[in-house]
Amino acid sequence: MSSVIEPALPDAPHHEGEAHDHPTDKKFIEIAIILALITGLETWTYWWPQSWHTISLIVLIGCMVLKFVMILLYFMHLKWDSKLFSLMFYIGLVLALGVYLVALFTFQFFS
Amino acid sequence: MAEIAVHDDAHAHDAHGHGDHGHGDHGAHVTSTGLSNNKLAMWLFLGTECLLFGGLISTYMLYRGRNGDGPGPNQVFDIPLTSVSSFVLLMSSLTMVLAVNAAKAKDDRNTNLWLTATALLGSLFVGGQVYEFTVFYHEGLGFTTSLFSSSFFTLTGFHGVHVTLGVIMLMALVGIIVRSRIPGDKAEVVELVGLYWHFVDVVWVVIFTLVYLIPA
Repeated sequence: MSSVIEPALPDAPHHEGEAHDHPTDKKFIEIAIILALITGLETWTYWWPQSWHTISLIVLIGCMVLKFVMILLYFMHLKWDSKLFSLMFYIGLVLALGVYLVALFTFQFFS
Repeated sequence: MAEIAVHDDAHAHDAHGHGDHGHGDHGAHVTSTGLSNNKLAMWLFLGTECLLFGGLISTYMLYRGRNGDGPGPNQVFDIPLTSVSSFVLLMSSLTMVLAVNAAKAKDDRNTNLWLTATALLGSLFVGGQVYEFTVFYHEGLGFTTSLFSSSFFTLTGFHGVHVTLGVIMLMALVGIIVRSRIPGDKAEVVELVGLYWHFVDVVWVVIFTLVYLIPA
């Protein structure tokens, strides 16, 4: 059995498997601007004509998924962190999506 | 073969140079994964929160057309106001991530600055929600008015409580960092609170679209 013993460093906590190039503040500001623009687009769909309902639905769902993924990957660092963290979250997310989609189908929400 | 990482959380020695293993914040952590157990637990907790909010959102989706004699979603929602609230919460995620970056750089002054800004933006969001609820109530939409109102207030109320708890955590964290004598000592705690805060933002991204923007 191999063991790794980290020295007692006066550093912020750091663990094996979590090492990554940390993004700069500038990168985070860029991402926040993109998220704000997407939110602007989402809000704009509210004033689109009723006849554009299908298009606005696609745009809204697309924007929601994009914002969700961007926050998870960049702000919550899943892009750089250990895959085990992603696994912990995605298990709950997939379980929730599966269970509640079945519930919505059962109550004929989509028909 | 399992690899065991022995990790000393922040500092092994106190101000007098004596070892302090196994006591309080300064104890050594041994994890079989080599990852922070605190962070792993936080991610697991956030996974379970998906189930909580998934249940509340799907319940709302089922009942949003059941407004009976009371006002419906299209009559009460104020999209421009909610859009501003969404923008405020989104910007609070930016200030939170800047706080995490500052904490990792052991810059306690900027960490506290960004944490305070995040708490203020979070408070502004909660204030907007309280205002919205008050307006809805005066327009005849109480908690028990209809299935729509019950599911709406339960969903957005639960989210509001999460934001409020986040604000309390942020302010407590500022107090802890102010009292801490070692710069960057609480970087992992800042990161954990940050994860919780971003999750609250992510949930609002879904609520804003599914509840407010997609018409019933």
